[in-house]
Amino acid sequence: MSRSEIIWLALSFGMLMAFMLATGYQTFALEMGPPSHGETIDPQRVDETAPFDQPGIKKIGENEYEVVMTMQIFSFNPSDIEIPAGATVHFILTSKDVTHGFQVAGTNINAMVMPGHIQKITQKFDRPGEYLVLCNEYCGAGHQLMSTRIYVK
Amino acid sequence: METALNESYIQKVNRYMGLQREDARISKSYLFVAFVALLLGGVLGLLQGLNRAGMLELPSWLNYYQILTAHGVLLVLVLTAFFTIGYFYAGLSHTLGGLLPKVRKMAWIGFSLKIVGFVFAVIPILMNQASVLYTFYPPMAASPYFYIGLVLIIVGVWMCAFGAFINVAHWRKYNRGQSLPIFSFFATGVFVLLFFGSIPVAIEVFMIIPWAFGWVETINVMLSRTLFWAFGHTLVNIWYLTAVSAWYVIVPKVIGGRRFSDTLTRIVVILLVVMNIPGGFHHQIVDPGISQEVKFLHVFMSLSIAFPSLMTAFAMFSVFERTGRKKGGKGLLGWYKKLPWGDVRFLAPMIAMIAFIVGGAGGIVQSTNQLNQVVHNTMWIVGHFHITVGTSVILTFFGISYWLIPYISNRTLTPKINRLGVIQTIIWTAGMLFMAGAMHYVGLLGAPRRTSYTTYGESATALGWDPFMILIAIGGVLLIVGVLLQVYAVFHLMFRAPKGETEFPIAEREEHDTYTPYWTERWGNWIVIMLLLIAMGYVIPIVDFTINAPPGSPPIKTW
Repeated sequence: MSRSEIIWLALSFGMLMAFMLATGYQTFALEMGPPSHGETIDPQRVDETAPFDQPGIKKIGENEYEVVMTMQIFSFNPSDIEIPAGATVHFILTSKDVTHGFQVAGTNINAMVMPGHIQKITQKFDRPGEYLVLCNEYCGAGHQLMSTRIYVK
Repeated sequence: METALNESYIQKVNRYMGLQREDARISKSYLFVAFVALLLGGVLGLLQGLNRAGMLELPSWLNYYQILTAHGVLLVLVLTAFFTIGYFYAGLSHTLGGLLPKVRKMAWIGFSLKIVGFVFAVIPILMNQASVLYTFYPPMAASPYFYIGLVLIIVGVWMCAFGAFINVAHWRKYNRGQSLPIFSFFATGVFVLLFFGSIPVAIEVFMIIPWAFGWVETINVMLSRTLFWAFGHTLVNIWYLTAVSAWYVIVPKVIGGRRFSDTLTRIVVILLVVMNIPGGFHHQIVDPGISQEVKFLHVFMSLSIAFPSLMTAFAMFSVFERTGRKKGGKGLLGWYKKLPWGDVRFLAPMIAMIAFIVGGAGGIVQSTNQLNQVVHNTMWIVGHFHITVGTSVILTFFGISYWLIPYISNRTLTPKINRLGVIQTIIWTAGMLFMAGAMHYVGLLGAPRRTSYTTYGESATALGWDPFMILIAIGGVLLIVGVLLQVYAVFHLMFRAPKGETEFPIAEREEHDTYTPYWTERWGNWIVIMLLLIAMGYVIPIVDFTINAPPGSPPIKTW
């Protein structure tokens, strides 16, 4: 191997290691890991299982909210959520039928929501405005209609 | 140097006589199907692009998701698989002294199985009974015949993989102690991956079929999704490894140079094969039910695939520089002027390689957690896919077709068709720049993928994406022009170009290249290592999905 090749391979290896360190630091030290919640649920009994028997928004602390939400073709329940600016929102999600995606455009919220699994993701909404929530996993004929809004006042 | 001494009689005959007629017919049939699929898939792609940009309303009997399913199946299952097999079978025949009669028979059985399988899959798609997209995630359930079609396609691919293994084993028996010709070494790697990579999806489909028929009530959603991606991403890297084989072996010859280190080339193939299958897990970074630790391990496994690619980048540019300098290129960058830019057989794969710098960089960053969370399932991913597969891989395939098709058809590439090829390459590149560029950007803004035209009830955010969608449509129009030119060139070279001899351009190794150690040939060992790595990546999640599974899901039709 030539000198330049050794340098190139060392740089390549170093770059990949830097990515790993950054990812690991974010995930485990800063707790910014991707949504990975482990709880399961019977997908055919979502309506009868707590907390999804009562989907909705609940204040749980000083400017902190919990949103229990079900996703089904082709809607979000609850829809059109309103929260004050600076609120931290914990989303607790599951699907009643097929696989859906939960994405809030313009934020880092992006998670897969699958039948049988409960997914959780948290976000602080600092900037007031209207946020578009959409399903980004193909779920059927009305997939392009599946959206709702979060209004941050 | 030692290749000339060790060349067996049959190799010599083959080198002078060209490809045997029966072998040529196999490759020709495979490539014919591949380019018909390109034409059909391309037209469907255009319709999609125009609809997505809000410029075209589809008739009520033709659903956007139906077209998307067909586009995916035609281009990512038919075009790529048929091209790969046609190309490698021509190369196996050329470098190993012809195909064995039983291998030829297996290639034909594989061909028929795949065509029948494809018909089985496409009829439900046309009837809107299988608008489940190329990923067919349960519990969305298509007509069972769609899945039966997929099984037949997989078995057809296995036939071709085993055919290749038999031919390679036969050659090794009569050439003991020698390194397999480099082109066939690539073919071995590709067929090993094709076989092992398609086992998970075969298992998935065998879980789905009884469920789709209604014999089994529910299905494990996470398990089937995981099995799909163990195959889904491997498939992408199979095309990539096919393109890489042309970069290492063919392109140096086309530019009048020699190959990069033989040992390093073989190590790159081995690394790409053994590390590949667990890499597919990065598609599930934002899935529920998988712990952060397992996901972190998988980020590592995905990133490690980048390492052999970075080695390839070095090797390729080293070959270009060396060849350019030998031809009198001076100074730091003067060598690049000495490269044959007007030769489509070089230009197309060269642009493909440059595109891979962009695509590879995008791939590395998006396999890390944070960016993945931003771009997951957005248009960014579609852009990434079109820059890596649509440009790096497909443009290499196009470049190959300008010598491979005349070679198997006993015809020649005329300067006129070469010029057409250069124009085609430029149009394709421009189309992809528009389309993939706009897709990457609009994806960062949050535009989702796999969605027909929508403004989400006049949402200001979604309306803000529209200008980029127009760029996507412009790219799509350029690309369909590229498809038409390419298909014209291919069929011209297949049936109308002047008769004559065309070379299968395999580059010689460097004069001072070191001896290739024989351990590179021990595929048995590499497969064991590959299985260990697969086990490392998949045993924990699969056991977890099976033991801690929620009650399953019944089949649901949502379209």
